[in-house]
Amino acid sequence: MSVTILTLIILVGSYLAGLLGSLTGLGGGVVIIPLLTILLGVDIQYAIGASLVSVIATSSGSAAAYVKEGITNIRLGMFLEIATTIGAMVGALIAVYIPTNFIAILFGVILILSAVMSLKKKAEHIHQQKSVLAEKLKLNGSFPTPAGAVPYTVRNVGGGFFMMLFAGVISGLLGIGSGALKVLAMDGIMRIPFKVSTTTSNFMIGVTAAASAVVYLQRGYIDPGLSMPVAIGVLLGALSGSKILVHTSSSGWLRVVFAVVVTFLASQMIYKGITGNI
Amino acid sequence: MIEKMTKKFKDTDMQAVIGWILRAGVLVSMSVIFIGGVIYLYRHGYTHVDYSKFVGVPDFVSNPAGIIHGIITLRGRAIIQAGIVLLIATPVIRVVFSAIGFIMEKDFLYTGITMLVLLIILASMISGHAG
Repeated sequence: MSVTILTLIILVGSYLAGLLGSLTGLGGGVVIIPLLTILLGVDIQYAIGASLVSVIATSSGSAAAYVKEGITNIRLGMFLEIATTIGAMVGALIAVYIPTNFIAILFGVILILSAVMSLKKKAEHIHQQKSVLAEKLKLNGSFPTPAGAVPYTVRNVGGGFFMMLFAGVISGLLGIGSGALKVLAMDGIMRIPFKVSTTTSNFMIGVTAAASAVVYLQRGYIDPGLSMPVAIGVLLGALSGSKILVHTSSSGWLRVVFAVVVTFLASQMIYKGITGNI
Repeated sequence: MIEKMTKKFKDTDMQAVIGWILRAGVLVSMSVIFIGGVIYLYRHGYTHVDYSKFVGVPDFVSNPAGIIHGIITLRGRAIIQAGIVLLIATPVIRVVFSAIGFIMEKDFLYTGITMLVLLIILASMISGHAG
């Protein structure tokens, strides 16, 4: 295939991946890797490198807006970044020793998990219980609402930190933001309000991805010709997604459609991984 | 309260600075990637490419010296790669400015935590080089 044609195909595909990833909150990375590997026959190592680049672009772009609104808990993000960057470094370093078909299977499993998580009903919980460690680390905060600032507390700091280590390894190994795992740690384990979890997770994704990208960059995973249309496409798609999201309040049906598509892609990845076709 | 009011640098200031850095970093790096992309397509639009087998990246974009030389000679992929390096640096620069912000707030616990994150990224960079 010629450079021009491949670039155009990837540009359109990445735009759609970024759009869907943004509308459902899953992130563009989880769609772009199956798109590149299954549909375009790109080696998974190049796909991981290109995806990481797009992950940094989208998370940094949207984090800029959330941080200014004051929803993001910067201290909590900073503290948990210790765990995610260690995890990401380990993930990127061991990736070399793990067979690519195993990585494809793992990717499929995480993809299904993310799809299931995106369908789960989001219950907003705001807690006021005191945790000694959260107090010492100044993790408790408040977020702005139309009715004024709402204070919240953070629970189970140790459990959340451990989960973030795991999220970091997955991010480093697969080249995705692993936003679903980060939200699982903050929303499910640390019991932080959903709005704060998602924005703080997004805030951390850029740094986490950068920690593994510095390894992949030196190992030749990040090809400029491939990463260029992926990064531009996913970023523009994510920007369009955030514009649409402001205007439509309900995106329930979209989540279902997306979950079905993602599950199909995931099963393809697992199948190809098992048959050694990746 | 008094202590809070005399604080010159507050969390809201840090939020504004961090937001600005992230926005500027993405804008600059993506512009560089775009310019490099246009040049690459102009020069290699009809070249055949194949990404089905992993062979790493071309030599001239695999090290800083090669990238700099490529930029001077206006090679598209070298310019794209420089943009990618800037993009990867964006969240790291954000961490550096967070550290400065925490120092200005006299929050030494978080200055330490932020420094630790920087050290981990540095370690990752070095270990990637060794491997």
